[in-house]
Amino acid sequence: MIQEKIREKAKELLSKKVVDIIIGFGEGTLPLRATPLFARSPEEADRLIWNSFCQNNLSTYLHKLSQFKVGLVVKGCDSRSIIALSLEKRFKPDQLFLIGVPCQRMVDRRRVKKAVKGEVLRAHEQGDQIIVEGEDFKTALKKDDFLYPSCQVCIHRNPVKANILVGDPVEESPLLETHPEVKDFESKSLEERWAFFEKESSRCIRCYACREACPMCYCTECFVDSSNPKWVEKGLSPSDLAFYHIVRAYHQTGRCSGCGACERACPMEIRLTYLTQKLNLDVKELFDFETGIDAEVLPPLSTFKTEDRQEFIK
Amino acid sequence: MKWKLDKKDFKPFLQNLMDEYDLFAPVQFAEGVFLYKRINHPEEVDLSGSNPQKPAKEVFFPQSETMFQYEKAGKEARITSTEGVERKRVILGARPCDIQAVSLIDQVFSGKEYTDVYYTNKREATTIIGMACNHPLSTCFCTSMKGGPFSREGSDLFLIDFGEAYLVELLTQKGMAFSQNKFLKKAEPNDLDLGREIEEKASKRTDASIPVEGIDKKLDQMAENPFWERVQEKCLGCRVCTYLCPTCHCFDIVDEALTNKGQRVRNWDSCLSSLYSQETSGHNPRPTNRERTRQRIMHKFNYFPKNFDRIACVGCGRCILYCPAGFDIRQTIKEIQKG
Repeated sequence: MIQEKIREKAKELLSKKVVDIIIGFGEGTLPLRATPLFARSPEEADRLIWNSFCQNNLSTYLHKLSQFKVGLVVKGCDSRSIIALSLEKRFKPDQLFLIGVPCQRMVDRRRVKKAVKGEVLRAHEQGDQIIVEGEDFKTALKKDDFLYPSCQVCIHRNPVKANILVGDPVEESPLLETHPEVKDFESKSLEERWAFFEKESSRCIRCYACREACPMCYCTECFVDSSNPKWVEKGLSPSDLAFYHIVRAYHQTGRCSGCGACERACPMEIRLTYLTQKLNLDVKELFDFETGIDAEVLPPLSTFKTEDRQEFIK
Repeated sequence: MKWKLDKKDFKPFLQNLMDEYDLFAPVQFAEGVFLYKRINHPEEVDLSGSNPQKPAKEVFFPQSETMFQYEKAGKEARITSTEGVERKRVILGARPCDIQAVSLIDQVFSGKEYTDVYYTNKREATTIIGMACNHPLSTCFCTSMKGGPFSREGSDLFLIDFGEAYLVELLTQKGMAFSQNKFLKKAEPNDLDLGREIEEKASKRTDASIPVEGIDKKLDQMAENPFWERVQEKCLGCRVCTYLCPTCHCFDIVDEALTNKGQRVRNWDSCLSSLYSQETSGHNPRPTNRERTRQRIMHKFNYFPKNFDRIACVGCGRCILYCPAGFDIRQTIKEIQKG
């Protein structure tokens, strides 16, 4: 069982002092939620779990742990973030030990909540079903119908890079021509696209959960926080909100693993991945590049070629 | 005496109310996402959710609020005040926890030493129509925090939903202004029984076992405790818990300036952001999440009780529900009490 193997490996790494700390998942206090767990001793590693509720991208924590040797439980998308961050020289070589887990795809807690009447009080997995219980209901839901949008279209569920793989590799899905939500967005007229974007961004409360959850957002000073020069005001005017969301998305070009952590973190349930996935697909189409697949190849916007034809300059 | 308001009369009641008041009530912005908003049409009001994501404090203390506008024309400078509230206001559908929280931050904004006119003008102009919480969530612990799903503290009127009608209680002078309202009828004894039954059931559902007694004293000894190192570990440093907290009330003041005109604006701020305590010199007295998380907990459970004799948490559970990392303040409270 994957969970047992994670614990076993974590204990071994901690007791042999290969790493100072293991970051994995522990039992959350709410149903349908696991929570990041930081284990520093073999005993603590006994609290590590694995299930379809392990939705966070734990690589975002690495930025504040540069002085430690860290063992990290990674899914496919998380391992891609690690590769992307390595290319940006965020880690020392050998600072990380990656415990890779082929991902079964994560369950979107909000979709489950919306599918049942009443509060979900307990939930557990049973094969390909999630059993959800409330005060006066108990339902079995088909897991595949309640996945996060980013997991539905994932084509890299197996960790791309890991020191050890826990569990058997899963069969990858073929690359979709386009992401359904991106396709939907692309099919709209310019006005409709703007209206959709504005409807979503207008309920932003600027809590920056999307930024903090994202492993690729690690600037010492984010452009929204800069006061000199001041790029953007700090209020809720539609133009400031739009500006934040556009720039945040664009800064991810060629760097986003599509893990969906931004969208999962948003308390206002703002759709965000249709923008980043659109950029991912553009980068794939224009440069034949996918984030975090090759540990040697720099993302297109981080490099240049003198023979670049620059066809976009008319 | 208690009144009742038939649900078929609810929209006409709101329309009628809007002739006299600006109405603020929950509106559903996306499936399951609610915010308080100034209502233009009664149809917008949506009381189907539990607590909106953003708390009711926003009606009195908006996330972004213009304090005054200024303009320079030649040698003349003109300042336009924006502190006045032109119409009376009603906030409808706020839950007891959010209303209790408003009573708490009243003490900050209209305290003995300082009166914040932006807040108090709105507060005085506003009648609060509270809404009993028939279905508290498992994350609710208001009954541990001197509140309850049917607590009337701070409400001018109080509504209890009992199916086809609301039971209406007029609790204060502002509330009594509704005693002649043509849509309110006298409640029958069996309506009152039904109301009491719902109240008993709901009150049993919330968690009264969160041990907050004496927590301020415990925290007195804990400033340098290694506990803070552990408790902050999974915190991402976003502002969800503070912005969605009904009692958090920190703000930052900025000038939004163009060449010859501009406005002074205050925006919510959060002690969990590094920028909050960043000094001009570059020094930051709260350099890491450890100090910031400690500040958040200390302010609620130690400093606020010292200043105002009440804990600045009402047990609404929003910080638990919406934390992207699954931080649970109930656990933190229990760990502090364990020492």
